[in-house]
Amino acid sequence: MTLLAVNELSKYFGGVKAVDGVSFGVDHGEIVGLIGPNGAGKTTCFNLISGLLTPTRGSVSLLGHSLGGLAPYYRSRRGLARTFQNIQLFGGMDVLENVLTGCHQRQEIGAFRALWPGRGVRRAETRAEERARELLALVGLAERADFPADALAYGEQRRLEIARALAQEPRLLMLDEPAAGLNSRETEDLMTLLQELRERGITLLIIEHDMTLIMGLCHRVVVLDHGQVIAAGPPSEIRRDPRVIEAYLGREEDDGDL
Amino acid sequence: MSAYFLHLAILGGIYIILAISLNLIIGYAGQVSLGHAAFFGIGAYISALTSLYWGFPFLLAALSAILFSGVCGLLLGLPTLRLKEDYLAIVTLGFGVIVDLVFLNLEITGGPDGLAGIPSPRILGLSFRSPVMYLFLTLFMVLLTLALTYRLVHSYHGRALRAIRDHEVTAQVMGINTPAYKVAIFTLAAALAGLAGSLYAHYITFINPESFGLHTSILALCMVVLGGMGSIAGAVVGALALTVLPELLRSFKAYQDLIYGGLLVALLIWRPEGLLGRGKLSLKFISRE
Ligand SMILES: Nc1ncnc2c1ncn2[C@@H]1O[C@H](COP(=O)(O)OP(=O)(O)O)[C@@H](O)[C@H]1O
Ligand SMILES: [Mg+2]
Repeated sequence: MTLLAVNELSKYFGGVKAVDGVSFGVDHGEIVGLIGPNGAGKTTCFNLISGLLTPTRGSVSLLGHSLGGLAPYYRSRRGLARTFQNIQLFGGMDVLENVLTGCHQRQEIGAFRALWPGRGVRRAETRAEERARELLALVGLAERADFPADALAYGEQRRLEIARALAQEPRLLMLDEPAAGLNSRETEDLMTLLQELRERGITLLIIEHDMTLIMGLCHRVVVLDHGQVIAAGPPSEIRRDPRVIEAYLGREEDDGDL
Repeated sequence: MSAYFLHLAILGGIYIILAISLNLIIGYAGQVSLGHAAFFGIGAYISALTSLYWGFPFLLAALSAILFSGVCGLLLGLPTLRLKEDYLAIVTLGFGVIVDLVFLNLEITGGPDGLAGIPSPRILGLSFRSPVMYLFLTLFMVLLTLALTYRLVHSYHGRALRAIRDHEVTAQVMGINTPAYKVAIFTLAAALAGLAGSLYAHYITFINPESFGLHTSILALCMVVLGGMGSIAGAVVGALALTVLPELLRSFKAYQDLIYGGLLVALLIWRPEGLLGRGKLSLKFISRE
């Protein structure tokens, strides 16, 4: 069943065609990689899907319902969650609170009732906290719960972003370069975590330059170059696709290696 | 207790409510408001007018003041809170000036003379004419305000507000309806300022536009910044300090604004988060980044 459908999506910044007629889908339970050289338009795609940018043309739909014109917070309620290539934690909060922020849309308590002190409110908050701690344990940050978010090491911040996104209980989790800036040890930990998510049946759309990670994890890979899809298919085919090799080898500045 | 001390305590209580309400906008929602005295004034005038013309008892008059100020906040907030901070500063400043002009020029508000003979509160046959009784009434309202804001900032709403202050876009991605939160906070802050205005009107029993101009907006802003943005206790300390300080500086009255200005600048340099605050005053609306 198609969960996410991206249809002829385009975004022009003035003369720059950052995304140009991109179409692809993500099925329920599937792990899809979105790869391509720097500047290919991957992050812009994420911004269009999550509603941070308005497309020049094209549409995005989730479970057959168009997301056109919906603000990011409504899309998040429909089941989209994401992380950012340049980490965007709430620096003024501690680690646990960051994850709790992810629980925001799953509040059991109404907006006005939350103002009234009472057992129901406290219990709901305790439950949310328990769930947040479970997620922190899942990403290996259980001991860091009380740390200020910006005091974490880089790799930990990346994992905290994933925990916060998971707290949204998304239908689709979109990760923008989760391994960027990680050392090989941290990348391995990340791989283990993502495999765990895969086993739990979480649907993932991952932008990543680390090909070991992409090839080892994804069911399907979509390759972007100059804002267009140049190839799509299972990792084994993508690896051998001449257009993909060309796109990567044709440029020096890429850190992607096939 | 001397009458003078009582007077300062009552005014201090009223300004605590005003400072807490402004702190919700500035310290918690991270927005700018340079016209907060307008809501204070609207509350004062509505409360005075409904008592004088319709004979509303105090509680009903105060409730009218709260609702009317709140609706004004909502109507101002709905279109403007989508604006960037620098525009919001200008819009709220303009709003403050316009409301002040309205008070000054309407016939019903008594123009520059204002309104006199505003009745002292009477609740369930109990008169609050004496300063001691009025202090109790004020303290009760202060406690209500403190309880409400404390619950608000310690509930998940408080977390959502801090998320908005930290990173508005990311907050949206977390499913937080940021425009709704900003409008709701602005409305609540306006309503609480209206309550403060009502308390002020029925205490002084005489109001005119002078008490609700730019000077008062700036004073409220100073209270928040001095005490500390995003801290309830800070707003309390700031309000009390700036109620008492002018009395201590009475003999330097001509220099009062100068001293306030100097104090504010000194604070921004040495302790930008205020005495008890956490967040820093956002000067984004002055220095475009
Ligand atoms: N807000 C923006 N304004 C103008 N150009 C942009 C903006 N965002 C991205 N671009 C341009 O769009 C292209 C694609 O960027 P991006 O989606 O970030 O690529 P990727 O994530 O694949 O590296 C780049 O050429 C980039 O400079
Ligand atoms: Mg990118």
